[in-house]
Amino acid sequence: MEPITGKVWKYGDDVNTDVIFPGKYTYTVTEPAEMAKVALEDLDPDFAPNVQKNDVIVAGANFGCGSSREQGATCLVHAGVGAVIAASFSRLFFRNAINAGLPLVQSVEAVAALEKGDEVTVDVEAGTVTTQAGTFAFPPLPEAVIGIFEDGGLIPHTRKALGID
Amino acid sequence: MSGQTFSQKILGAKAGKAVVPGEIVDVIPDVAMSHDNTAAIARTFATIGVDRLYDPDMHVIVLDHCAPAANEKFATNHQEIRAFVEAQGIESFYDVASGVCHQILVEQGFALPGRLIVGSDSHTTSYGALGAFSTGIGRSEMAVIMATGKIWLRVPETMRIDCDGRFAAGVYPKDLILKIIGDIGADGALYRAVEFDGPAIADMSVSGRLTLCNMTIEMGGKNGYVHPDQKTLDFLNGRARENFETVTSDPDAEYIERLRYDVSGLEPQIARPHTVDNVCDVSEVAGTRIDQVVIGSCTNGRLDDLHQAAAILEGREVKNGVRCLILPASSDVTRAATQDGTMLKLIDAGCLILNANCGPCMGNHEGALAPGEKALSSANRNFKGRMGCKEAEIFLGSPASCAAAAITGEICDVREIASPEALAAGLEA
Repeated sequence: MEPITGKVWKYGDDVNTDVIFPGKYTYTVTEPAEMAKVALEDLDPDFAPNVQKNDVIVAGANFGCGSSREQGATCLVHAGVGAVIAASFSRLFFRNAINAGLPLVQSVEAVAALEKGDEVTVDVEAGTVTTQAGTFAFPPLPEAVIGIFEDGGLIPHTRKALGID
Repeated sequence: MSGQTFSQKILGAKAGKAVVPGEIVDVIPDVAMSHDNTAAIARTFATIGVDRLYDPDMHVIVLDHCAPAANEKFATNHQEIRAFVEAQGIESFYDVASGVCHQILVEQGFALPGRLIVGSDSHTTSYGALGAFSTGIGRSEMAVIMATGKIWLRVPETMRIDCDGRFAAGVYPKDLILKIIGDIGADGALYRAVEFDGPAIADMSVSGRLTLCNMTIEMGGKNGYVHPDQKTLDFLNGRARENFETVTSDPDAEYIERLRYDVSGLEPQIARPHTVDNVCDVSEVAGTRIDQVVIGSCTNGRLDDLHQAAAILEGREVKNGVRCLILPASSDVTRAATQDGTMLKLIDAGCLILNANCGPCMGNHEGALAPGEKALSSANRNFKGRMGCKEAEIFLGSPASCAAAAITGEICDVREIASPEALAAGLEA
């Protein structure tokens, strides 16, 4: 996939799924455009009205902890987020993001080098994050799941595997 | 080669080969649980292009997240699920009168030793308390299981937590798991299996073990586990849906980390807003005024939890201005607590009995908070906005700590307001 260049939105450790996509909306806010409007509502009210396509979320450890709700990842995709860079990810968010085709970068160094508003480029194929402070390499996705991501997410991947597409 | 952990054995058996931590395997779970999110899952399933479920009998569906429906939107969601269940011939369907999914899977004998269980809910970690490998997955993954039966899982590294000693009166398994989460943090067990072992776990009721495993996700754990013993077998007697074989870790299994706790000196613990790992001794937050108390949930809404709370509330009154909500984990719990008089004690004290469902725990309906309000809950999460309002504050504690706060109107040490007899109640094995 093409490298993604966007502006940084920076947050701290343990950003949980309830502040990414509040539980009270899980059965009432279901349309992509509406989901985008409430993304990060309880963390940063400035985010949804101002996020631009391919902007990048940068956060500390354990990003996406808490619920299994897939909307934690998909609301960010619908909001136009191009990638999430974090020191670490919760396992459920990690799975949901891969399944939604949202690029994830685990890099403590890149997180330390980036501040809100910085421009950053994420090259998933090369496995690099380029910032004003330099370029950082990050480990590729596990071999066994890279196909899911490359096919654009779990559902297209499954259709392909079943020979439907 | 060193011995294998429980998780290696279960996932290896499903994958048909020996596996090591870090390896990713494709497996077919024994049970796949979903709840109110089944409507969204069914819609995703429909986009895959497969007409029939791979195996309708592997699915268990429980309507609990907003049950009964709070409004037309939730009602339509339930309607869609009932139609899907009917069309696909899913027999294990539990409608709104049943209770919280995690309690249903335990009570109805789906959660068994050695089984591989996935659920589209993060607290699916609960069933490790009965010796199952159980973990949460996403909605799309459940849709793919519906189509193909399969899911990929990474074989987790395992951390072991040995627990010695005996709980003092007024201190419970909830206090232990809050203490552990506070110590190691919300990511202290990230991607890991967590095995709870030791004399304090052997002494603990199945209900207490469920509390530990339910909250394993709150420290990032993939699954919790307690090796089955006579208590497990007694609990499953007459309940198990099929024969099972117990699977345990080898004595020389490799653990990535080992921790040891002595529960004897443990104080009642409270998680402060807005993260579950923001934990302290109750004394540090004593005096915090409380507007709402929630006693129950899949974490602490079983019969012993209600016995503990009722013993403290019996003959006393919920303080004027405090709302004390009782949220049984299932209708079976409601029935048993009604039959044995527990509910009457709670009602007489001024508590409000809710039907068994997720209710206020995630802010869908029944007991949302207003700006500036504070709640003490025996549930599992205190994230900002969790009970429906981001300007409210949620504290977490044991059912006994919750009962004490309901009486005094503030967070307090239950041992200072309850008699020794009241503190000894509800400790059935």
